Parts: sequence; structure tokens; C-alpha cells
Amino acid sequence: MTSYDLSASTFSPDGRVFQVEYAMKAVENSSTAIGIRCKDGVVFGVEKLVLSKLYEQGSNKRIFNVDRHVGMAVAGLLADARSLSEVAREEASNFRSNYGHNIPLKYLSERVAMYVHAYTLYSAVRPFGCSFIFGSYDQDDGPQLYMVDPSGISFGYWGCAIGKAKQAAKTEIEKLQMKDMTCRELVKEVAKIIYIVHDEVKDKAFELELSWVGEVTNGKHELVPKDIRVEAEKYAKEKTEDGSSTL
Amino acid sequence: MCLQESLSNVYYVSSKTINKLIQVHDRIFCCIAGSLADAQAVTKAAKFQISFHSIQMESPPLVKAAASVLKELCYNNKEELQAGFITAGWDRKKGPQVYTVALGGMLLSQPFTIGGSGSTYIYGYADAKYKPDMSKEECLQFATNALALAMGRDNVSGGVAHLVVITEEGVEHVVIPGDKLPKFHNE
Repeated sequence: MTSYDLSASTFSPDGRVFQVEYAMKAVENSSTAIGIRCKDGVVFGVEKLVLSKLYEQGSNKRIFNVDRHVGMAVAGLLADARSLSEVAREEASNFRSNYGHNIPLKYLSERVAMYVHAYTLYSAVRPFGCSFIFGSYDQDDGPQLYMVDPSGISFGYWGCAIGKAKQAAKTEIEKLQMKDMTCRELVKEVAKIIYIVHDEVKDKAFELELSWVGEVTNGKHELVPKDIRVEAEKYAKEKTEDGSSTL
Repeated sequence: MCLQESLSNVYYVSSKTINKLIQVHDRIFCCIAGSLADAQAVTKAAKFQISFHSIQMESPPLVKAAASVLKELCYNNKEELQAGFITAGWDRKKGPQVYTVALGGMLLSQPFTIGGSGSTYIYGYADAKYKPDMSKEECLQFATNALALAMGRDNVSGGVAHLVVITEEGVEHVVIPGDKLPKFHNE
């Protein structure tokens, strides 16, 4: 298996592009981010590991605003993610300039995915080492959720998770009846899932980053207000201290 | 949408029967005014861009999107161009809409609008006679009367009146030769 993994422009004999797979491993080393789409909006939750007490609270954000109505939660190499958030912002801005209305999320996610995919074709560059989840809310199309991974594909979801505990998070997400829930109910459940999948032993301190976009915010993507976040964290702590074991 | 078909160059009217209603997509039409060469070039480019956009979006384009494409072309090339447009049509999101794209690239959404050299003579008529939520027949009558009055007073307007009715179901063309238009006291 050596020598087939040195550049993204080489296939292995069994038809894999190793560089892309290695990029996906980089995402799996990062802490978890989840996004869930409900009846009237989308909620993002990120387990932001705090590596040092010297960090200012709220720094190293993992959730970005791409346009007024679009949010983006990331996992993987943060520098790659920041650069891609600029790409996404430019796409959304150019679309609005040319066509006079909000960019539909499916189209934005396909454009960014196409950009990410381009970096998996050449040996002169390396693939992006991050996955991201896009969410938006629009009066006519309703809530939308799309995920893009380092291979450059994008899919629409009702709920998805990226990062180290994505399997455990997916299991928890599948238990939810998100199509019948509102954003306010969902915020508490998202906080609970992040608390459940957080590994107390391996990673000590973490900050919960929560954001939402939906009817509750009038279509604007923003961080969940402090009082609602505090309430959600309280609910999450209660539910996880109820004797249920962390993984 | 309706247009009178007359093309003039300074000293004479070169044609009384040209088409100034360009279809840029299935349910979106453009009235052109100003330098017809410029207007034709711009609508050709816009038609291509809108068609490509519609295929990428996998759905018919919004009227606003079509008007925005024209606006970008007019605004970014304002030094070279002398063309104005009225873009109107139907889309699933907002239903029937009318947009004006002026000479320098201003984009404005309006319930109704008039343009071209003959329009100066019918501002009063249009403002007085327009009412919202007219039926198709009332609209056609309003447009035909407005055109007839303008063509009656403007010396470089005349010829054939070309109307297009755009609905969710489809597009209907109505052509009225000059002598068949309604007659008013200005004759």
C-alpha cells in the first residue's frame, strides 16, 4: 500500500484515493459538531474543546455565518475551514449580486463541494482537511441542512454529525423525531447530545457552541441567546448526570 | 406586456413591424427600449445566462433573478450601453411581477410601468386608469388603450401593437395592426 498514498492524483490498485481518506481521518481527530433540521429551523451544536485556561471565552469559533440566512459548523483543520468559509461567503455574495435574492442552500453547498473536490484532483495541492455542515432557513423552502466532506460530495440531511464522536452522536440523533419538533425544543436536545458524546476521561474542559436559524430568529442565523443556552446546558447536564454513562 | 413596433434613425422610420418583446425564458419577457442594437446584444447575453442559471438551479428562474441579470449587464457596462428594459413574467414564488431596468442599471419593482418615447404622453392616462387586481381582459384593454393613445401623439411611435399575456399556464401573443387599435379624440 505504499507509494499509492503519496499524492491525490494517484489511485490505489483497489480503487481508492488515499489522500482523500487521510483527509477524512483528520476530520475524525477533531471534536464533534452536529446539525439537526426540525420543523421550523436548523440547530447547530459544537463540542469546542478548551485546550488552555488562557483562552478567552468564546474564542476559536467553530460556527460561521456565511450569509444572513446561512450558518456553517465545521470539524477538522480549523485553518482549512476558515478559508473555506470565505469561499462560501463569496459564492453567496456573488449569487446575490447576480440574481438579486438569497442563495438556495442546495446550490451553495454544491458550489462549495465542487471547490473542495477540485483540491482532490492534483498532486500540487492537498485536499481540505475539514467537513462542514451548512444550515439555512427560508420562508418558501423552509429549513435546509447540507453536509460537505473532504472528498467534495454534498448531501442533504435531517440530522448529521462530524468529528470524533460522530457515530455515537448519529445514534442519539436517530432517536429524535426532529420533523415534529420546534427549534426551541431541539436546542435542548442538541445540547444534551453534545454532553452525552463528550468524553470526560480523554478530553477535560469543553465549551458548548450553539447556534440556530429558523422562524424563531426570523430567518437570520445567529448564536443562541445566552439565557436559552444556559437553560439548554442545564437540561443537558441533568439528563447526563441521571446515571447514564458517557462513552 | 405590450409594445409598439417602430424603429427610427434620426431622419426616417426604418421599420414599423419589428419585435421589441424578447422572450428570455418560458415565462419571462423583456420589453426593450433605447438603442435597439445595444438592447438586442444585452438580451442575448442575458437569455444565455438565465437559461444556464435555470438549469443549474433545476427550476424555472425567478423574474427577479432575470431582471437582476439584465441589471448587472446594464450597470457594469453603463458607459457603452444605451438600453432600458421592462422585465415581466410569472414565477412560482411571487406570481406575476414587473421590474424596470433603467438606462444606468437601476432595478425597480413596480405594480405597472411604462417606457419608451411615447410613454411621456400617457403618464396621466396610466396613473388615472390603473387599478390593482385587474382581470386579464381589463389589463388587455388598459394596455391597448395606453398604446393607442401614445401612438396617436408620438411621431416616432406607430405601426403594430404587440401584446403578450403571461400566466402560470402559458404565454399568449396578441398582435393588433395600427388601424385596428381603439380610436380616441386625438385622431
